[in-house]
Amino acid sequence: MHCLIAVAANTFRETLRDKILYNLVFFALLLIAASVLLGTLTIGEQARIVNDLGLAAINLVAIIIAIFVGIGLVSKEIERRTIYTILARPITRGQFVLGKYLGLALIVIVNVGIMFAIFLATVWLSGHTVHGSLFQAVELIVIEALLVMGLALFFSTFSSSVLSATMAIGFYIIGHLTGDLKAIAEKNSSQGMKAVMTAFYYVCPNLETLNIKGQAAAGIPVDIGFQAMATAYGLMYAGLLLVGACLIFQRREF
Amino acid sequence: MEAILIEHLTKTYKPMWPWQPASTVLSDVSLSVAKGEIFGFLGHNGAGKTTTMKILLGLLRGTSGRVEVLGEPAGDVGTHARIGYLPESPYFYDYLTAGEFLEFYGSIAGLPADVIRDRVPPLLERVGLTEARHRQLRKFSKGMLQRIGLAQTLIHDPELIILDEPMSGLDPMGRKEVRDLILSLRDQGKTVFFSTHILSDVEMICDRVGILAKGKMLALGRIEDLAGEHVAQSVEVVCDGVMGAEIDAIKRLAMRTLQRGNRCLMVLPGHDCLEEALAALRQAGGKLVSIIPHKGSLEETFIEQSLRRG
Repeated sequence: MHCLIAVAANTFRETLRDKILYNLVFFALLLIAASVLLGTLTIGEQARIVNDLGLAAINLVAIIIAIFVGIGLVSKEIERRTIYTILARPITRGQFVLGKYLGLALIVIVNVGIMFAIFLATVWLSGHTVHGSLFQAVELIVIEALLVMGLALFFSTFSSSVLSATMAIGFYIIGHLTGDLKAIAEKNSSQGMKAVMTAFYYVCPNLETLNIKGQAAAGIPVDIGFQAMATAYGLMYAGLLLVGACLIFQRREF
Repeated sequence: MEAILIEHLTKTYKPMWPWQPASTVLSDVSLSVAKGEIFGFLGHNGAGKTTTMKILLGLLRGTSGRVEVLGEPAGDVGTHARIGYLPESPYFYDYLTAGEFLEFYGSIAGLPADVIRDRVPPLLERVGLTEARHRQLRKFSKGMLQRIGLAQTLIHDPELIILDEPMSGLDPMGRKEVRDLILSLRDQGKTVFFSTHILSDVEMICDRVGILAKGKMLALGRIEDLAGEHVAQSVEVVCDGVMGAEIDAIKRLAMRTLQRGNRCLMVLPGHDCLEEALAALRQAGGKLVSIIPHKGSLEETFIEQSLRRG
């Protein structure tokens, strides 16, 4: 446990000092500010525009951090050979993988927290109502980022950075289209195609479950039961990916 | 108990495709390193030195053979608390300062925070990086990275220190400091297993050496035995005041001569003809400056063994 916390703390500190993170957060803040300007151009829907764009900006930056910093968590350590000195210490490979994940999870939570605070301040200063549904939406944004981070980490334990990024982005996109996959499977006459699409539907994470931004932006609260189930689903999926990542990493040679 | 025990170690990489041949990087390698010994592991680039070290640490797994480190099977995570390892050309976390870096490596070695706090300043001083304590590692030169790498190897006061090319990237002064550091570790009762291709370093500090080529152990033993066993000895004579025809009688005895102005250097094939050469020198009225007997060097042994191996 001691080693796991040390790796997590080191990952947090290293990532925090990387300037790319500040650029991303700055980009999000620009988008939030732009939402106010765009809102003034619309009639009647101003609050919704600010909420929509603000949540989208937070979501986008959280996913970019999750994928692009996530794939570097392990692959960068292997490419730069820092992994050699780490694994030469009394630390298991599982502790290393989990420590890296926790460190970045903390980064995502802190960053989303900062962006959300500024977003709320923007909403409030623009004179709009701060709905409780915004908190619900941002909670599921964090869960989605944790899941996508799990995907990135999982792929990076057995493939190169470029391939890991490609696969993580691919799964992220498919994850938002799983409803369509099911519809294609049902309508397709070919049994083979049906089987492939159904398999994809069950294997890929259903990220649309975690997307309540539209509803939240309109100020409509989401059922707490659904929120809890969606959170549990996202965390369980991320947990499974982490178990897979640890198992693959355990067998890997450097 | 041996610090390192390797018996009939073989490492073969399976091919990616069935029609490709398997590649064997280590073949039936056996060696042992006693506790408190400095062991030099020699070999050309690609000989299999780094692979052997990685197997000792569990970063790679041997295909067959027995490997024990400090009495436990290689790769045993618990044993790692007693091992320090420096890889070749280390590259560390860019954004950590030297102090933070050592604190991190101390903490993953399981050291309490107060022990780490006490150990970091003297360790930085020992590797000559006290001034750079608060500097981020991305601003370090290659030599400084090598030094901080050595410091992380020692932060948890390990019994066994495994160093992969510790002198690479260092200037002559830095190399001397590393040599002194390794010798001081032996004085503290530590075992040092290090690889290098800079043979003069090995000759000066190692108790025993192993020579590896193309994945096979060519020679293993004490330096004196290895160097003496394979190479004929020679004697170097330097004299002044003999020039031109006066020196012809001596030249006939020498394997090679080098005349520069008034001074002449001759390399004789052994002690047998030394008396005759000195008599001829006296007769010619020359003045003896020095006589240096040359024992076979490790470098000559290494080259000879490598050539024999092809």
